[in-house]
Amino acid sequence: MKGTNEMEIRFDSRSENEGFARVAVASFMTQLNPTVEEVADVKTAVSEAVTNAIIHGYDGRRTGKVCIRCKIRENIFTVEVSDSGKGIRNIAEAMQPMFTTKPEQERSGMGFSFMEAFMDSVDVESEPEKGTSVRMTRTVGKGREIWTTQSL
Amino acid sequence: MKYQVQENCLTIYLPGEVDDHNADEIRREADAVIGRNHIRYVIFDFEKTDFMDSSGIGVIMGRYKTISLIGGEVWAVHANERIRKILTLSGVTKIMQIYEEETV
Repeated sequence: MKGTNEMEIRFDSRSENEGFARVAVASFMTQLNPTVEEVADVKTAVSEAVTNAIIHGYDGRRTGKVCIRCKIRENIFTVEVSDSGKGIRNIAEAMQPMFTTKPEQERSGMGFSFMEAFMDSVDVESEPEKGTSVRMTRTVGKGREIWTTQSL
Repeated sequence: MKYQVQENCLTIYLPGEVDDHNADEIRREADAVIGRNHIRYVIFDFEKTDFMDSSGIGVIMGRYKTISLIGGEVWAVHANERIRKILTLSGVTKIMQIYEEETV
Protein backbone atom coordinates (compact mmCIF):
# COMPACT_ATOMS: atom_id res chain seq x y z
CA MET A 1 0.00 0.00 0.00
CA LYS A 2 1.68 3.17 -1.21
CA GLY A 3 0.66 6.82 -1.12
CA THR A 4 -1.10 8.79 1.58
CA ASN A 5 -4.21 8.25 3.63
CA GLU A 6 -5.59 10.19 6.57
CA MET A 7 -8.26 9.87 9.22
CA GLU A 8 -9.47 11.91 12.14
CA ILE A 9 -11.61 11.08 15.17
CA ARG A 10 -12.91 13.24 17.99
CA PHE A 11 -14.42 11.97 21.20
CA ASP A 12 -15.29 13.02 24.76
CA SER A 13 -12.58 12.91 27.41
CA ARG A 14 -14.06 9.85 29.14
CA SER A 15 -11.86 6.93 30.16
CA GLU A 16 -14.18 4.43 28.48
CA ASN A 17 -13.09 5.94 25.15
CA GLU A 18 -9.46 4.90 25.68
CA GLY A 19 -10.14 1.39 24.43
CA PHE A 20 -12.08 2.73 21.45
CA ALA A 21 -9.22 5.09 20.53
CA ARG A 22 -6.62 2.29 20.57
CA VAL A 23 -8.73 -0.02 18.45
CA ALA A 24 -9.66 2.71 15.95
CA VAL A 25 -6.02 3.67 15.40
CA ALA A 26 -4.93 0.02 15.22
CA SER A 27 -7.52 -0.83 12.60
CA PHE A 28 -6.63 2.21 10.46
CA MET A 29 -3.02 1.10 10.68
CA THR A 30 -3.68 -2.40 9.34
CA GLN A 31 -3.53 -1.18 5.72
CA LEU A 32 0.25 -0.89 6.22
CA ASN A 33 0.32 -4.62 6.88
CA PRO A 34 2.09 -4.22 10.23
CA THR A 35 3.35 -7.01 12.46
CA VAL A 36 1.47 -7.89 15.64
CA GLU A 37 4.23 -6.22 17.63
CA GLU A 38 4.06 -2.98 15.62
CA VAL A 39 0.31 -2.77 16.23
CA ALA A 40 0.77 -3.47 19.95
CA ASP A 41 3.46 -0.77 20.21
CA VAL A 42 1.27 1.87 18.56
CA LYS A 43 -1.74 0.86 20.68
CA THR A 44 0.28 1.30 23.87
CA ALA A 45 1.60 4.71 22.78
CA VAL A 46 -1.90 5.90 21.80
CA SER A 47 -3.30 4.67 25.10
CA GLU A 48 -0.68 6.67 27.02
CA ALA A 49 -1.30 9.86 25.05
CA VAL A 50 -5.09 9.62 25.34
CA THR A 51 -4.87 8.85 29.07
CA ASN A 52 -2.66 11.91 29.56
CA ALA A 53 -5.16 14.10 27.71
CA ILE A 54 -8.02 12.86 29.88
CA ILE A 55 -6.44 12.78 33.34
CA HIS A 56 -3.97 15.64 33.02
CA GLY A 57 -5.19 17.83 30.15
CA TYR A 58 -8.78 17.86 31.37
CA ASP A 59 -8.07 16.82 34.99
CA GLY A 60 -10.62 14.03 34.71
CA ARG A 61 -13.34 16.37 33.40
CA ARG A 62 -15.39 14.27 31.04
CA THR A 63 -16.73 16.97 28.72
CA GLY A 64 -13.51 17.92 26.94
CA LYS A 65 -12.73 16.74 23.44
CA VAL A 66 -9.78 14.59 22.46
CA CYS A 67 -8.81 14.57 18.81
CA ILE A 68 -6.72 11.92 17.05
CA ARG A 69 -5.35 12.45 13.57
CA CYS A 70 -3.61 9.61 11.77
CA LYS A 71 -1.68 9.86 8.58
CA ILE A 72 -0.05 7.23 6.43
CA ARG A 73 2.63 8.33 4.03
CA GLU A 74 4.45 5.48 2.31
CA ASN A 75 5.36 3.27 5.27
CA ILE A 76 5.44 6.04 7.89
CA PHE A 77 2.57 6.08 10.31
CA THR A 78 1.92 9.38 12.11
CA VAL A 79 -0.55 9.76 14.96
CA GLU A 80 -1.31 13.03 16.67
CA VAL A 81 -3.30 13.17 19.91
CA SER A 82 -4.48 16.62 20.93
CA ASP A 83 -6.62 18.19 23.62
CA SER A 84 -7.75 21.71 24.52
CA GLY A 85 -6.98 21.23 28.20
CA LYS A 86 -4.77 22.97 30.70
CA GLY A 87 -1.49 22.38 28.86
CA ILE A 88 1.96 21.46 30.20
CA ARG A 89 4.11 24.18 31.79
CA ASN A 90 7.39 22.33 31.61
CA ILE A 91 7.46 19.74 28.83
CA ALA A 92 11.01 18.50 29.53
CA GLU A 93 10.10 17.85 33.16
CA ALA A 94 6.83 16.12 32.23
CA MET A 95 8.69 13.77 29.90
CA GLN A 96 11.16 12.57 32.53
CA PRO A 97 10.66 8.93 33.56
CA MET A 98 8.78 8.59 36.88
CA PHE A 99 7.77 12.25 36.91
CA THR A 100 4.11 12.72 37.75
CA THR A 101 2.00 15.59 38.99
CA LYS A 102 -0.50 13.14 40.45
CA PRO A 103 1.42 10.77 42.76
CA GLU A 104 -1.62 10.58 45.06
CA GLN A 105 -3.44 8.74 42.26
CA GLU A 106 -0.60 6.22 41.98
CA ARG A 107 0.32 7.34 38.51
CA SER A 108 3.50 5.58 37.46
CA GLY A 109 4.97 8.57 35.60
CA MET A 110 5.87 6.24 32.73
CA GLY A 111 3.49 7.56 30.07
CA PHE A 112 5.93 9.57 27.98
CA SER A 113 8.67 6.96 28.51
CA PHE A 114 6.38 4.33 27.01
CA MET A 115 5.53 6.58 24.06
CA GLU A 116 9.24 7.18 23.41
CA ALA A 117 10.09 3.49 23.79
CA PHE A 118 7.41 2.30 21.38
CA MET A 119 7.50 5.01 18.71
CA ASP A 120 10.32 6.33 16.50
CA SER A 121 9.67 9.96 17.43
CA VAL A 122 7.55 11.83 19.96
CA ASP A 123 7.05 15.59 19.67
CA VAL A 124 5.08 17.55 22.20
CA GLU A 125 3.64 21.00 21.71
CA SER A 126 1.79 22.62 24.56
CA GLU A 127 0.57 25.97 25.70
CA PRO A 128 -0.77 26.55 29.22
CA GLU A 129 -4.58 26.93 29.25
CA LYS A 130 -4.70 26.22 25.49
CA GLY A 131 -3.95 22.55 25.22
CA THR A 132 -1.42 19.90 24.28
CA SER A 133 -0.63 18.04 21.13
CA VAL A 134 1.53 14.90 20.99
CA ARG A 135 2.76 13.87 17.57
CA MET A 136 4.30 10.45 17.17
CA THR A 137 5.65 8.57 14.18
CA ARG A 138 6.50 4.98 13.55
CA THR A 139 7.99 3.43 10.44
CA VAL A 140 6.12 0.23 9.74
CA GLY A 141 7.78 -2.77 8.14
CA LYS A 142 11.32 -1.50 8.53
CA GLY A 143 13.65 -3.44 6.27
CA ARG A 144 10.88 -5.76 5.19
CA GLU A 145 9.30 -6.22 1.78
CA ILE A 146 5.58 -6.00 2.36
CA TRP A 147 4.63 -8.43 -0.42
CA THR A 148 6.69 -10.68 -2.55
CA THR A 149 4.74 -11.77 -5.60
CA GLN A 150 5.66 -14.33 -8.14
CA SER A 151 3.93 -15.23 -11.37
CA LEU A 152 3.02 -18.83 -11.70
CA MET B 1 -12.63 -7.82 39.55
CA LYS B 2 -12.05 -11.55 39.96
CA TYR B 3 -9.82 -12.58 42.80
CA GLN B 4 -9.06 -15.42 45.14
CA VAL B 5 -7.71 -15.43 48.69
CA GLN B 6 -5.79 -18.44 49.99
CA GLU B 7 -4.40 -17.92 53.48
CA ASN B 8 -2.21 -14.80 53.25
CA CYS B 9 -2.06 -14.79 49.47
CA LEU B 10 -4.28 -12.74 47.13
CA THR B 11 -4.50 -13.66 43.44
CA ILE B 12 -5.93 -10.95 41.20
CA TYR B 13 -7.21 -12.22 37.86
CA LEU B 14 -6.65 -9.21 35.63
CA PRO B 15 -9.05 -8.41 32.79
CA GLY B 16 -8.22 -8.59 29.05
CA GLU B 17 -7.14 -4.98 28.98
CA VAL B 18 -5.63 -3.08 31.89
CA ASP B 19 -5.77 0.67 31.31
CA ASP B 20 -6.67 3.88 33.11
CA HIS B 21 -10.36 3.05 32.68
CA ASN B 22 -10.33 -0.06 34.88
CA ALA B 23 -7.15 0.51 36.94
CA ASP B 24 -9.08 2.42 39.58
CA GLU B 25 -11.53 -0.39 40.21
CA ILE B 26 -8.74 -2.99 40.48
CA ARG B 27 -6.89 -0.72 42.90
CA ARG B 28 -9.93 -0.09 45.10
CA GLU B 29 -11.09 -3.68 45.29
CA ALA B 30 -7.58 -5.05 45.83
CA ASP B 31 -6.98 -2.65 48.72
CA ALA B 32 -10.28 -3.62 50.35
CA VAL B 33 -9.35 -7.32 50.19
CA ILE B 34 -5.78 -6.69 51.40
CA GLY B 35 -7.12 -4.69 54.35
CA ARG B 36 -9.56 -7.41 55.41
CA ASN B 37 -7.40 -10.50 55.02
CA HIS B 38 -3.85 -9.92 56.35
CA ILE B 39 -2.47 -10.41 52.85
CA ARG B 40 1.32 -10.77 52.44
CA TYR B 41 1.56 -11.98 48.86
CA VAL B 42 -0.20 -10.36 45.90
CA ILE B 43 -0.18 -12.35 42.66
CA PHE B 44 -1.21 -10.63 39.45
CA ASP B 45 -2.53 -13.26 37.05
CA PHE B 46 -2.17 -12.09 33.43
CA GLU B 47 -3.70 -15.19 31.86
CA LYS B 48 -6.51 -13.22 30.17
CA THR B 49 -4.53 -10.02 29.64
CA ASP B 50 -3.14 -9.02 26.27
CA PHE B 51 -3.04 -5.25 26.73
CA MET B 52 -1.64 -3.17 29.56
CA ASP B 53 -0.34 0.39 29.62
CA SER B 54 1.44 2.40 32.31
CA SER B 55 -1.78 2.66 34.34
CA GLY B 56 -1.30 -1.03 35.17
CA ILE B 57 2.27 -0.33 36.26
CA GLY B 58 0.86 2.26 38.68
CA VAL B 59 -1.46 -0.39 40.15
CA ILE B 60 1.41 -2.86 40.66
CA MET B 61 3.71 -0.23 42.22
CA GLY B 62 0.94 0.93 44.56
CA ARG B 63 0.20 -2.60 45.84
CA TYR B 64 3.93 -3.22 46.26
CA LYS B 65 4.21 -0.11 48.45
CA THR B 66 1.45 -1.39 50.74
CA ILE B 67 2.56 -5.00 50.91
CA SER B 68 6.32 -4.37 51.23
CA LEU B 69 5.72 -2.47 54.49
CA ILE B 70 4.83 -5.77 56.13
CA GLY B 71 7.53 -7.72 54.31
CA GLY B 72 5.25 -9.07 51.59
CA GLU B 73 5.91 -9.77 47.92
CA VAL B 74 4.31 -9.06 44.56
CA TRP B 75 4.31 -11.68 41.80
CA ALA B 76 3.24 -11.92 38.16
CA VAL B 77 2.01 -15.17 36.60
CA HIS B 78 0.92 -16.18 33.09
CA ALA B 79 2.43 -13.03 31.57
CA ASN B 80 2.71 -13.31 27.78
CA GLU B 81 5.58 -11.88 25.77
CA ARG B 82 3.91 -8.48 25.36
CA ILE B 83 3.13 -8.10 29.06
CA ARG B 84 6.67 -9.15 29.95
CA LYS B 85 7.99 -6.45 27.64
CA ILE B 86 5.84 -3.82 29.38
CA LEU B 87 6.86 -5.04 32.84
CA THR B 88 10.56 -5.12 31.97
CA LEU B 89 10.55 -1.74 30.25
CA SER B 90 8.87 -0.07 33.20
CA GLY B 91 11.50 -1.41 35.61
CA VAL B 92 8.77 -2.89 37.80
CA THR B 93 10.54 -6.27 37.52
CA LYS B 94 13.01 -4.92 40.09
CA ILE B 95 10.31 -5.16 42.75
CA MET B 96 8.21 -7.95 41.31
CA GLN B 97 9.02 -11.57 40.57
CA ILE B 98 7.79 -13.08 37.34
CA TYR B 99 6.82 -16.69 37.80
CA GLU B 100 8.21 -18.72 34.91
CA GLU B 101 5.99 -21.59 33.92
CA GLU B 102 7.66 -24.77 32.90
CA THR B 103 7.35 -25.27 29.18
CA VAL B 104 6.17 -28.76 28.36
